[in-house]
Amino acid sequence: MKGKKIFIHPETAALKPLTFNTEICDGCNMCVEVCQVDLLVPHPNKGKPPVVVYPGECWYGGCCVAICPKPGAIKLNTPLMNRVHWKEKT
Amino acid sequence: MKDNSCQCLEWPYPLLYDKVQEVTTDVLILGGGIAGCWAAIAAAKKGVRVALVEKGATIRSGAGGSGCDHWESAATNPCSRVTPEELTKAMIKAHHGYNNGISHYIECREGYDRLLDLERFGGKIRDTADEFQGAEFRDEKTKFLFAYDYENKFTLRVWGTTFKPSLAKECRRLGVKIFDRIMTTSLLSEGGKQGAKIVGATGVNGRTGEFINFQAKATVLCMSRPTRIWLFSPGLPGMSEFRPPQCTGDGHAMGWNAGVEFAMMEKSVKGEWSGVRSFPPYGTGNTHNTWYACNMVDADGREIPWVDRDGRILMDISQRYRPSPGQKLFFKGGGEPDIPTYEFQGPDILPVKELLAKGFKLPFYADLTGMPEQERKAIWGLMVGEEGKTKIPILKTYTDAGFDPEKHLIQSYGEGWRSGGFLPQERQLFGLPGGLVNDWDLSTNLKGLYAAGDQLFASNCHGHAAATGHYAGRHAADYAKEAAFSKIDSSQAEKERIRVYSLLKGAGRLGWQELNMRITRLMQHYCGEIKSEELLTTGLVLLKDIQNNEAPQISAQNPHELVRSLEVLNVLTNAEIVLNACLARKASSKPLHFRRTDYPEMEPPEWNKFVTIKLEKNEVATGKKPLDYYGSLKGNYESHNVDYLEEHRS
Ligand SMILES: Cc1cc2nc3c(=O)[nH]c(=O)nc-3n(C[C@H](O)[C@H](O)[C@H](O)COP(=O)(O)OP(=O)(O)OC[C@H]3O[C@@H](n4cnc5c(N)ncnc54)[C@H](O)[C@@H]3O)c2cc1C
Ligand code: SF4
Ligand code: SF4
Repeated sequence: MKGKKIFIHPETAALKPLTFNTEICDGCNMCVEVCQVDLLVPHPNKGKPPVVVYPGECWYGGCCVAICPKPGAIKLNTPLMNRVHWKEKT
Repeated sequence: MKDNSCQCLEWPYPLLYDKVQEVTTDVLILGGGIAGCWAAIAAAKKGVRVALVEKGATIRSGAGGSGCDHWESAATNPCSRVTPEELTKAMIKAHHGYNNGISHYIECREGYDRLLDLERFGGKIRDTADEFQGAEFRDEKTKFLFAYDYENKFTLRVWGTTFKPSLAKECRRLGVKIFDRIMTTSLLSEGGKQGAKIVGATGVNGRTGEFINFQAKATVLCMSRPTRIWLFSPGLPGMSEFRPPQCTGDGHAMGWNAGVEFAMMEKSVKGEWSGVRSFPPYGTGNTHNTWYACNMVDADGREIPWVDRDGRILMDISQRYRPSPGQKLFFKGGGEPDIPTYEFQGPDILPVKELLAKGFKLPFYADLTGMPEQERKAIWGLMVGEEGKTKIPILKTYTDAGFDPEKHLIQSYGEGWRSGGFLPQERQLFGLPGGLVNDWDLSTNLKGLYAAGDQLFASNCHGHAAATGHYAGRHAADYAKEAAFSKIDSSQAEKERIRVYSLLKGAGRLGWQELNMRITRLMQHYCGEIKSEELLTTGLVLLKDIQNNEAPQISAQNPHELVRSLEVLNVLTNAEIVLNACLARKASSKPLHFRRTDYPEMEPPEWNKFVTIKLEKNEVATGKKPLDYYGSLKGNYESHNVDYLEEHRS
């Protein structure tokens, strides 16, 4: 198996857990390194935001966002079905 | 904002399928969550070599990696009004005897010592910024903040998002060799024999696919508990359960194969929380846990009364945080889910059914606006914020979307702390489920093998994982200091390597998700709420069929998928443990949430015991242990920890 190249196709999941702002993110990959599920990989082009390869595996704990040194570079998207209702007290 | 899509890319890590790394260490810790980090720290302090193997990344991995808002059972903190003995006995009684007296006594006795350690490592455990000065739940001298029972003060509110990075840093400072991204796949026994002394473990790297043989004098299992036995979403596997998705209870599966003894594996409860079945944990209005003891109102804004255990309405918010007259202490929820023990039942709102009968209208809402300012800030900002999975997904996300705790009512979606409903067959190992049997050294039945945290039977909570992790780590180190290395059985290690890599050559028909779905469907049918000999034995036959005929079809394309596939094989083994444990208890039991139609009598006295199971020569062997096998809590603890007590006296 040595030397063999393999390729991955980022999965399309029912949900999109993360959005990156390509203007702010500098591709430092700290979010890749902190993710306990390891669902992100570094972008093949250095300096670009990581690639979400296995979006369905996200735990939605937000450690990737918490560690990011560039505010606004990465956003955790609450699954639509999990949006909670609140209202103003009258 | 631009899309960052990428169609197809080359695997970004070197592929090392052909490499085997050999690692030798004195103490080997498997699982780098809360218990694992503490075990590593304690062992390293004893001056032995320590290797810590973690599937994710130690800095934030595990159930407690993203945070923790309350530290339970710190009975030796200077403000506590209960002794470790009182508290442990109450915990045992509140779970009708089905509890781990040893591990919870360790939690009560040493949890506070670990908090003080954490502070030295850089964690925040007290209100040093004086944000809550003068609050009813603050001790002005120590600046500790308490939760729930303000009278007895054994649970602390803490800044748990600071904990895991501090632990990881301390591990590195002490020279612990951390192996991140390595999934442990099996235990290695002396002579390769089931039931023999444990001499090491095998692992595989989830990025490179490299195989590792670890040789050790002592091994500590800290891989938490099984998940995904009844609950799984093939599309959104990461949200199938409450715990992180890579925490599949691998330690149970590899322990089972090695001959480790288990207790209480027949206990499962109706689902409590799952991301695909419920709203985000701690992100809805409720009266429990992180949101204790919030005001609730109904659809018309009518205030829902809080009552004591006798149904007397509590007029004053402060009373919600105190035991009833004549009651020594209370536990939130009263102990075992859905069957609270009167002696320990605390204040709460009435059950929804009773509220509806009284004319209250759904939906209900949590009303933070009506809470005293310091309580509101303690719930929204401190606890929602420091609790696991809240800082970004709840506090930041809701705040960005405009939620204002001084203005808004937030909806409730289930009873107690639940934020969703489950069917009776959608079960979970939750609360205090089964796990490994331990003695007063936190040793398992196998020589050289220790366990800590949620991998132990009837175990739960962050402080418990910290205390038992530290305890197991130092006892393992003491053992390792005296023990000699035993040779790894090379044929056992090689057999395991072949098993692991065989998944890369599967026929390609089956993805790991489909296999997991198959298991959960089977378990819902044959091991759901209602159990019987026929259902369980049929379940086992079908499970064997999956093992023999379907599992070998699983196919992984890269090291990441290899890890995911190996996990599902462990889910399969864990399902087998559960089925066998259910077969072994021929009686029904309420505290075990265990109903057998062929043995309908609840709690027949001859079955008030732990039923234990393990593999012996690959056959299931059952045994029993009295519920109070822990013996004298104080006496046994003190005789097993002479050094520790000596150290802590000075
Ligand atoms: C969202 C959330 C909030 C919580 N809040 C609180 C709280 O406020 N207070 C409280 O007391 N308790 C809380 N808990 C419970 C508490 O976090 C757990 O009881 C505690 O983390 C258990 O510690 P542990 O070390 O046994 O398991 P974990 O901390 O989960 O660690 C297990 C580790 O083992 C690793 N692992 C698994 N399999 C393998 C393998 N094959 N090879 C290598 N490594 C492996 C995992 O990656 C993980 O890092 C919370 C839990 C969750 C999920
Ligand atoms: S999102 Fe943040 S942490 Fe991740 S690569 Fe970009 S800048 Fe780094
Ligand atoms: S939220 Fe958690 S699981 Fe999801 S990508 Fe971020 S770190 Fe990974």
